Amino acid sequence: MQYVLAIWQREIKSYFVSPIAYVVLTIFLVLAGLFFYGNLTEVVQFTMMQAQLGQGGQPIDVPAYVAQSLFKTFTVILLFLIPMLTMGLFAEEKKRGTIELLLTTPVGTSQALLGKYLASLTFLLILLVASMVTVSPLFVFGQPDWKPMLAGYLGLFLYGAALLALGLFISTLTENQIVAVIVTFGASLVLWLVNVFGTVFGGSSSGPAREVVDYLSVINHLDDFLKGVIDTSHIIYYVTFSFVGLFLAYRSLESMRWKG
Amino acid sequence: MIEVDHLSKVYGERRAVDDISFTVGKGEVLGFLGPNGAGKTTTMRMLTCYMPATEGTARIAGYDIFEQSVEVRKRIGYLPENPPLYPDMTVDGYLNFVARIKGTPSSRRGGQVGDAIEKCDLGEVRNRIIGRLSKGYRQRVGLAQALLNNPEVLILDEPTIGLDPKQIHEVRTLIKSLASAHTIILSTHILPEVSMTCTRVVIIKKGKVVAMDTPEGLASQMKRAERVSLTVAGPVDAVRAKLSGIDGVLGVQAEDADVPYSNYIVECKLGTDLRRVLSAAVVGEGWGLLDIRLVSMSLEDVFIDLITNEREEGATAPAAEGGTHGGGDAGDAGAGEAKGEE
Repeated sequence: MQYVLAIWQREIKSYFVSPIAYVVLTIFLVLAGLFFYGNLTEVVQFTMMQAQLGQGGQPIDVPAYVAQSLFKTFTVILLFLIPMLTMGLFAEEKKRGTIELLLTTPVGTSQALLGKYLASLTFLLILLVASMVTVSPLFVFGQPDWKPMLAGYLGLFLYGAALLALGLFISTLTENQIVAVIVTFGASLVLWLVNVFGTVFGGSSSGPAREVVDYLSVINHLDDFLKGVIDTSHIIYYVTFSFVGLFLAYRSLESMRWKG
Repeated sequence: MIEVDHLSKVYGERRAVDDISFTVGKGEVLGFLGPNGAGKTTTMRMLTCYMPATEGTARIAGYDIFEQSVEVRKRIGYLPENPPLYPDMTVDGYLNFVARIKGTPSSRRGGQVGDAIEKCDLGEVRNRIIGRLSKGYRQRVGLAQALLNNPEVLILDEPTIGLDPKQIHEVRTLIKSLASAHTIILSTHILPEVSMTCTRVVIIKKGKVVAMDTPEGLASQMKRAERVSLTVAGPVDAVRAKLSGIDGVLGVQAEDADVPYSNYIVECKLGTDLRRVLSAAVVGEGWGLLDIRLVSMSLEDVFIDLITNEREEGATAPAAEGGTHGGGDAGDAGAGEAKGEE
């Protein structure tokens, strides 16, 4: 475990020594701020229209609505940013030859893998905590229910963890960071849109094939979290997804050792 | 300390390392010599547990490299061909990290890092970013890294590559000084390095061991003739004919035949010294004898011999000879032996 800690610490430091951490944080926060402003104006205009028309209707829970649509945009931003967090994890290690150092010290494959994965999870956590700055006006000017938001954050974290595991696996396959980032993004996008492809090619709106395709999509499992519902089946999906990613990464590193 | 037992590595169809066996005793420095692609790096990678062997095994300090790989990894220091450095870290930070992943307890880490920095003379750069260091310094950081946690066995893949002559000398001295406390395997294709630093040499070619002995032993074992080098001002054909006619001369080779004076390599019967006879013959004809000296069979010749010829070795090598010069490096071998007897 001390080795996992050493690797974790080095990776975190290396995120902040290189520009990656700052670039990712800046992009994330700027986009989050813009979308927050956009969503808020939209809701305000909508409620004003409603008031002018004089229809009582159902009052909108403005903070909850804004938070939910903001979280939805987070999923898209993360889709772009997460490949940047994982691209270097093993690709750089292979390119620099430092993988030889890690695997010939008592660290070994699984601990190196775990240390790096935990480092990327830590950065994701930092990102999500930073995003609370964007959400904070809702608490300053209103009294939103914080519990559904927490569920939303849990969902985003699990979703991010799954994509990070995928990125980690892809990073073990190449020595080139650019290739790693593009392939990770492409693969994530396919897993995101797999149900859309299902609709296009499958046609039918029901049946077992349709269910499988819907189940695979990384984004379908997030909806409930964003609505404030924590469903174990979705947690299991994301955790399984992450484990498969880590397992594939492990096998890929072992096979690299056999092949040289 | 190290017992390599019929180790093989097969990549697809190619046998990169083919049934290698040797042992290295405690405190020995074993030179691993071979042309590029001979399987040196692959062997080292197997010994350091980076790569599993296809067949055979090896034991390091009594631990099997496959079955007890963690124990082995705790006891080795490894410098790969490209030093495994993180360019974004400082020398100090990097060495502390390596000490940590080698399992050095934090109480001893500072001392270990300090020692390694001192041994490799890195004091001046210890707070600098590795990415900005020169190749020579990087190589030394790589070496310092291998020394951390005081491993029983050091495995160094071409430790002097990329260094300037002064640094090469320093690294060799360092390696020699380490030999008392560590068992060392180093690979190289620089021959003088082997005769200067190693107590034993293994020469491999296409993944097979072709020779294993002390540097001196190898040189004498491979020696088939005494060689004398002469520089003579005179008609090439006549000189060649004259020298060939002398009793005991086995062959004459002329070089640079287009200049006023030519260089000749005369191969003489083993155990003879024909310098007197040769010089008398040249001077007797009225030609100018500009230089005459014995050429010793250097390790380089042995090496070239072993890796270029398919000859089954030992069969043609004479059992005994009376030469006074065994190893010696290629550069200045023989230069001081006998000069200008004119």
